[in-house]
Amino acid sequence: MTIVSAAPLTELEKAVNHLIDVFHKYSNTSSNLIDPAGIEKLCSDLDVSRTDIRFLMLAWTMKAEKQGYITHEEWTRGLKALRADTIDELKKALPQLEKEVRTPSNFADFYAYAFRYSLTEEKPESTDIETICQLLDTVMGSTFRPQVDYFVEYLKIQKDYKVINMDQWMGFYRFCNEISFPDMSEYSPGLAWPLVLNNFVEWIREKQA
Amino acid sequence: MSSGQNPNIVTMEKGFDLIDAAVIKLKRILEGKPEPDFVPGEYIGNYTTVYNMCIQKPPHDWSQQLYEKYGSIFKDYATHTVLPSIMEKHDEYMLRELSRRWDINKIMVRWLSRFFFYLDRYFTVRRSFPSLTQVGMTSFRDHVYNNVHFNVKQVIIALIHKEREGQQIDRALLKNVLDIFVENGIGSMKRYEDDFEDFFLQESASYYSRRSSRWIQEDSCPEVAHYLHSDTEPKLVDIMQTHLLVLVAKQLLEKENSGCSALLRDDKTDDLSRMYRLYHAIPKGLEPVAEAFRLHVTAEGNALIKQAEDAATSGSVEEQVLVRKIIDLHDKYMVYVMDCFQNHTLFHKALKEAFEVFCNKKVAGSSSAELLATFCDNLFRKAGNDKSNDDSTIEATIDSVVKLLDYISDKDLFAEFYRKKQARRLLFGKFNDDHERSILTKLKGQFGGQFTSKMEGMVTDMQLAKDHQTGFEEYINGKPKVVDFTVTVLTTGFWPSYKTSDLNLPVEMVNCIESFKAYYAIKTNHRRLMWIYSLGTCNLNGRFDSKPIELIVSTYQAAVLCAFNNTERLTYQELLEQVNLNHEDLVRVLHSLSCAKYKFLNKQPASKTISKTDSFEFNSKFTDKMRRIKVPLPPVDDRKKVVEDVDKDRRYAIDASLVRIMKSRKVLPHQQLVSECVEQLSRMFKPDIKMIKKRIEDLITRDYLERDTENPNTFKYVA
Repeated sequence: MTIVSAAPLTELEKAVNHLIDVFHKYSNTSSNLIDPAGIEKLCSDLDVSRTDIRFLMLAWTMKAEKQGYITHEEWTRGLKALRADTIDELKKALPQLEKEVRTPSNFADFYAYAFRYSLTEEKPESTDIETICQLLDTVMGSTFRPQVDYFVEYLKIQKDYKVINMDQWMGFYRFCNEISFPDMSEYSPGLAWPLVLNNFVEWIREKQA
Repeated sequence: MSSGQNPNIVTMEKGFDLIDAAVIKLKRILEGKPEPDFVPGEYIGNYTTVYNMCIQKPPHDWSQQLYEKYGSIFKDYATHTVLPSIMEKHDEYMLRELSRRWDINKIMVRWLSRFFFYLDRYFTVRRSFPSLTQVGMTSFRDHVYNNVHFNVKQVIIALIHKEREGQQIDRALLKNVLDIFVENGIGSMKRYEDDFEDFFLQESASYYSRRSSRWIQEDSCPEVAHYLHSDTEPKLVDIMQTHLLVLVAKQLLEKENSGCSALLRDDKTDDLSRMYRLYHAIPKGLEPVAEAFRLHVTAEGNALIKQAEDAATSGSVEEQVLVRKIIDLHDKYMVYVMDCFQNHTLFHKALKEAFEVFCNKKVAGSSSAELLATFCDNLFRKAGNDKSNDDSTIEATIDSVVKLLDYISDKDLFAEFYRKKQARRLLFGKFNDDHERSILTKLKGQFGGQFTSKMEGMVTDMQLAKDHQTGFEEYINGKPKVVDFTVTVLTTGFWPSYKTSDLNLPVEMVNCIESFKAYYAIKTNHRRLMWIYSLGTCNLNGRFDSKPIELIVSTYQAAVLCAFNNTERLTYQELLEQVNLNHEDLVRVLHSLSCAKYKFLNKQPASKTISKTDSFEFNSKFTDKMRRIKVPLPPVDDRKKVVEDVDKDRRYAIDASLVRIMKSRKVLPHQQLVSECVEQLSRMFKPDIKMIKKRIEDLITRDYLERDTENPNTFKYVA
């Protein structure tokens, strides 16, 4: 997404300067990053909570790498893409952003991004169950409420896995999109579904019996 | 006669008279009445008469009339002579008469068509009328066959029925008569089918239905008779199959006294052989029999398992008895397969499938793999003592064990249990080298070298250990006196893993260890010795007050006892520090020395269990009528550990197999990957599908595999 404009260079420069000004309102001067404290302020100004899916979508637009931090580059990228250079404009852009991210092609990418975003340096491959449960609620809760509720319940009581990896995370996405719920008639444990989903389905079937 | 007529013209009346005379003569000849044969002159004369009558100029050309005359000769004969002669007879006589008359007709057609031949040259051709032969044959069909076939068919079927009931019939006659049916179709099988075959098949169907249950006992195998037309055979076989098998199969096989299950139950081998022969002749006939066999053997096997389960409630499983019984069951039914069932693959397969079902059942918590390993252990331990178990019996039993192992899916579990028990046999008892090697050779032959390599290594180690011992004894011959001391050096990797401990040995033993270490360092290079004191035994002299008694104890027990050489009394804590065992082991040792059958130590307080606050004293008052006492230290229960170890090995095996498959295939759908993996590993164990899935996921995390982004059901190898 680029700004298409026939304006002379100076106008563009003005816009970019604006962006940077806004950035500096939230950034930590010594590190030149927006850190968790700055993010809190940003969220409050945007009138979204930090766990709101729209904030996550904003992070996706920025291609923010580290959870809790926004770099200069990421900020610029994001606001340019949304054609916003003030907080107000950014706020107004959020509903449209949500609509766009929810298109099937974007959403799969966004869903994968949400997982990567949750990874840390200490755990670069997988994320703990508690964080996953929260993340599932945020990302899929509004569209696949029953699946999310059941899966979250299952994850909390099972003992096989303490963390979830990318393959399992994506497996759940496919599960929600391909398998009808709660009858799950299309599900076959012999197919390549991750084992955690096999166990999940078994658990539900036992409850249904 | 008019005056202008040529006296050579043959009139119709004259011609017909001549022909009639010839026909009468012919009939007499054909009917076997005394009558001289036609001489060539007469033959030519008859032919010429017809010829002349045909070529004469109108109005004396009698072709049409001759043709009609010819036809009426047959019709009259058929109607006035042939038909009545057949109809007045019954049963077989009727058939014979029909057959006779049919033959006569054929000859008559041949002769008369020669006499009247000239008609066929021009007249019938020009007018497109049926030929003389055709007229003769259709005449028979229309005037004779059509009127008799129904009754004839009844007779034929009655005769076939008679034959089925075991009586002799004239088969040649039947064949002739049925040929008549065929030929009267004049080019088509329709008459045969409609007038005979359909009825016959229907009758056969109801016959088989009625007879099906009696049939087997009476052993009257229904052949497909040769007098029937070849077209009938497949139709008849089909009917036989339907009525003898499909409709009554279940009944036949389950029938109370004569069904297959009953025969098996009552060991009626002759009847089973007969049943095999009968069903063998019918396409797919053997399948239900093999099925009944499989069910029966499975039921017997399951019963044995249940028996063992029930018996085990009172104690442990009597694996000697159970395995023996299973071996006997196998031998018994293998004989059935080879004799009654003529070594047929269907029955081999049925036997295999039956055994695979119950040979994999657990009995009172023990897997069949474990039971079989325990059985072998007992077999070899008792071999020396039991005179009834001579070498050939043992060999035969070993063969049976190897056969049984084939049916067990967890072969790797058997190997592990066997290995553990073999280790105990080799280290702690007398073992028979020949027996040990014999079973390993046979297992290797059946399951491959990898299966037995560790076990073979262990047996070889024992031989090498003897050599080392001899060498060691020579070595210490000149050296300062050490306590008599035997060392068995085991090659790590062959043997089960044993815990080492930092046992503090009594000083006398330390010297032994040091001198062997020195000897070994000379003999070998770069080998590290790990001392497994938990497996050692010690002979101690117990200087009790009344008399000295030799004690045969484990090294751990010896270390504890020797601690009392210098001190009267020791507390648990002191012992712990001095001997340096862990709590679990020390408690076990102290229990065996102070709370069990022989109390070499006095414990305070004198309770039944060891606690950390106890204190111990040498029991100098101890005595026993024996001069030598063996004090057993109960071994730790291995079973859980064995299962854990095998599970771990399986995980590695599955990983290796998955990587191997993906490396060669590069891209593979999930189901195929799983099934190939199962196939590859099936020789050693039956992998759990869930475990395979988990290993796949693990391999994905470790970047050996990845899921195909376009098709998530397919995996790709990551180079």
